Amino acid sequence: MATLAPTTQWMTGAKDDYRVCGVTTLKVDMHTERLIIANAVMAVVTLVLGGLFALLIALTRWQAVHLLDATWFYRLLTLHGIDMLVAWIVFFEMAGLHFGSTALLNARHAAPKLAWFGWALMTIGGLMVNGVVLFDASSIVTFTAYVPLKAHPLFYLSYILFAVGALIQVITFFINLVVAKREKRFEGSMPLAVFGLMTAAILAVYTLLEGAAAVVPAFFWSMGILKNYDPGIYRNFFWGFGHPAQQVNLAAMVAIWYMLAQMTVGIRPVNEKFSRLAFILYLFFINLGSAHHLLVDPGLSFAWKAVNTSYAMYLAVLGSMMHAFSIPAAMEIALRAKGFTKGLFGWLRNAPWGEPGFAALVMSMIIFGWIGGVTGVTIGTEQINMLAHNTLRLPGHFHATVVGGTTTAFMGFTYYVIPLIFRKELKLKSWAKWQPYVYGFGSILVSLGMITSGLQGVARRNWDITFAGVVPGTVDLTLAIFGIGALIAVAGGIMYVTVVLVSILTGPRVEPTNMLLLTGTNNPLLDSTKLTDRDMEHPKNQPKGTLVLVFAFLAWFAIYYLTNWWLLGRTWFIR
Amino acid sequence: MLAPERTWWKPLGRLEKTWLTVAFVWCIFLTLMMPLWYFMGKQNVPTETYRISAADFSAKVNAFVEQYKVGEDTINGVTFPVVAPPPGSDVYLRASTWQWYPILQLEVGETYRLHISSMDLQHGFSLQPVNINLQVLPGYDYVATIVPTSTGDFTIVCNEFCSLGHHTMVGKIIVK
Repeated sequence: MATLAPTTQWMTGAKDDYRVCGVTTLKVDMHTERLIIANAVMAVVTLVLGGLFALLIALTRWQAVHLLDATWFYRLLTLHGIDMLVAWIVFFEMAGLHFGSTALLNARHAAPKLAWFGWALMTIGGLMVNGVVLFDASSIVTFTAYVPLKAHPLFYLSYILFAVGALIQVITFFINLVVAKREKRFEGSMPLAVFGLMTAAILAVYTLLEGAAAVVPAFFWSMGILKNYDPGIYRNFFWGFGHPAQQVNLAAMVAIWYMLAQMTVGIRPVNEKFSRLAFILYLFFINLGSAHHLLVDPGLSFAWKAVNTSYAMYLAVLGSMMHAFSIPAAMEIALRAKGFTKGLFGWLRNAPWGEPGFAALVMSMIIFGWIGGVTGVTIGTEQINMLAHNTLRLPGHFHATVVGGTTTAFMGFTYYVIPLIFRKELKLKSWAKWQPYVYGFGSILVSLGMITSGLQGVARRNWDITFAGVVPGTVDLTLAIFGIGALIAVAGGIMYVTVVLVSILTGPRVEPTNMLLLTGTNNPLLDSTKLTDRDMEHPKNQPKGTLVLVFAFLAWFAIYYLTNWWLLGRTWFIR
Repeated sequence: MLAPERTWWKPLGRLEKTWLTVAFVWCIFLTLMMPLWYFMGKQNVPTETYRISAADFSAKVNAFVEQYKVGEDTINGVTFPVVAPPPGSDVYLRASTWQWYPILQLEVGETYRLHISSMDLQHGFSLQPVNINLQVLPGYDYVATIVPTSTGDFTIVCNEFCSLGHHTMVGKIIVK
């Protein structure tokens, strides 16, 4: 039977400054609490900026509206990519790493000053890049800043500051782990969620080092110190950063999935070995995926591309498919153990759909897997990439992963951070209840609109496709779906920010009393410790419904994948 | 979020084993599809590449245009030469901000060696509506051996951001 980690007494002394959470019974170091708050605040600030830009560029690509002029479109597109894909997500992950390496291990924050230094560098870098792109037209280079497109040196410097700051905060995660182990704050293995966060942290280290390998030479090249910078080499290193950075998000998101499932349904992982092996598959194979971006580049052999793009043998995909089974299966067992054993899906009907964390978890898993994962593997296939490279199918795929997937999960998690860490009462609860559905639905439309436009050849990062001459009328329709989806998603984003701001800025500080926000007074996290081996293995509690769901997923995966080979077979011969 | 029990290295359950096996078989299938198509498919990503300077490539393009020029045509108000190379020959296409030069006139069912390179920034060769997309880098002569299988006017869109006039970068291939 699983137990809450904390057992050891804290040493007294000036270093230890903590409170005991009344809901989770976890000890929260006050340094950790303040660091989480600081990182979460910056995450929301950059989310607001990126969301505003999202609205404006979506209303421009929606060809019927076509709001901005070309310069502003490309400028805000640049910032949207940076603020959302990097700043919002990485700030949020840093908050998660501080939480995972201390509270979940009964440990103290061993290097708060270093962490604050890292946070400050990230904040300076993140804000500076916004200033540079807004005021310097030459720095409108999009998120990827492909050499030889040359931005202002300050542009690269802000990337470097942000990355170094992130690296420093990640290092404090490892320092905390080592100190916690040495001070015997926990015994045996660390919790699964921390294991997942550690996977994310290890991925983050080499991701950021590769980012340095790409951007530091670009910085010197932009100042004229380095004369030549090969665009192919830059692409290789840039995607060594850009792609694994998304895998950091993936690992952190899956860790948060496990946490949300435990906090809202009270799961006990079905098999710790199974889930941990899945994380280890990420660790070993997922960085090969940077090749996804180089599949139609000159100069690379078929063998190099095929091995790398497939994560050796789709082993990282296997990792995700394992999580795709193990999380719903654990939810099914936990709900069946409560007596919801009727039929294949009786447990689903009785799930806490009105609980924001559960809603966010389900939306995130569906959008990430069924849309993001399936389309990602398909367009990441060496030959099929020729049909998709740099069309709107690309952003269609990654809006399903990082917007509908990661961001929805992070948003849902925030609602629990507000009472548990900020120690403020969650306000506008009915907004919080609907927000994951609104946001998720919006991002589904965004992704589908982009994917179907891309299938018709519409290019990404393009201010006005009508220059291309004849554009099929159906493109107007699919771009309108994308535009309407963006409006709905932005509405969901506004709901999120409003709930967060109203909760944090109004009302007094209150100690949390309840784990669930809307759907009851029980505490699933503590309930989960009561699930015995007998509950887990009882024939009535077996996750048969989940097995049906994952096979349905596989069928959809196969249909989409094979259809794309068929589409490829219809185009011109090329070798 | 909770520490696991002391011994968590346990055998997998029946349903987990089933799913793991099926998922692994699917992954192997995904892996095999690529080499299978590489040897048997008609549409593969070109790999033939040479280093070339912008000046050298430009000289080849100009010689090519001079040799096979058959007329002129306009794209968005700008006049371009129309070049009709013989089947089987080397064909050159130059990408620069913000144009594809020249307009190519090809014959359906014939094979051509299409050389693409950029004079300045990175560009994206996106042939529509057949939807073939390739990355174009300065300093690299990327050779695609193509066989047009349909006739008509085809648009080349640039789908890699190449500074502010990017969306105006449009070219043309005519297949007869």
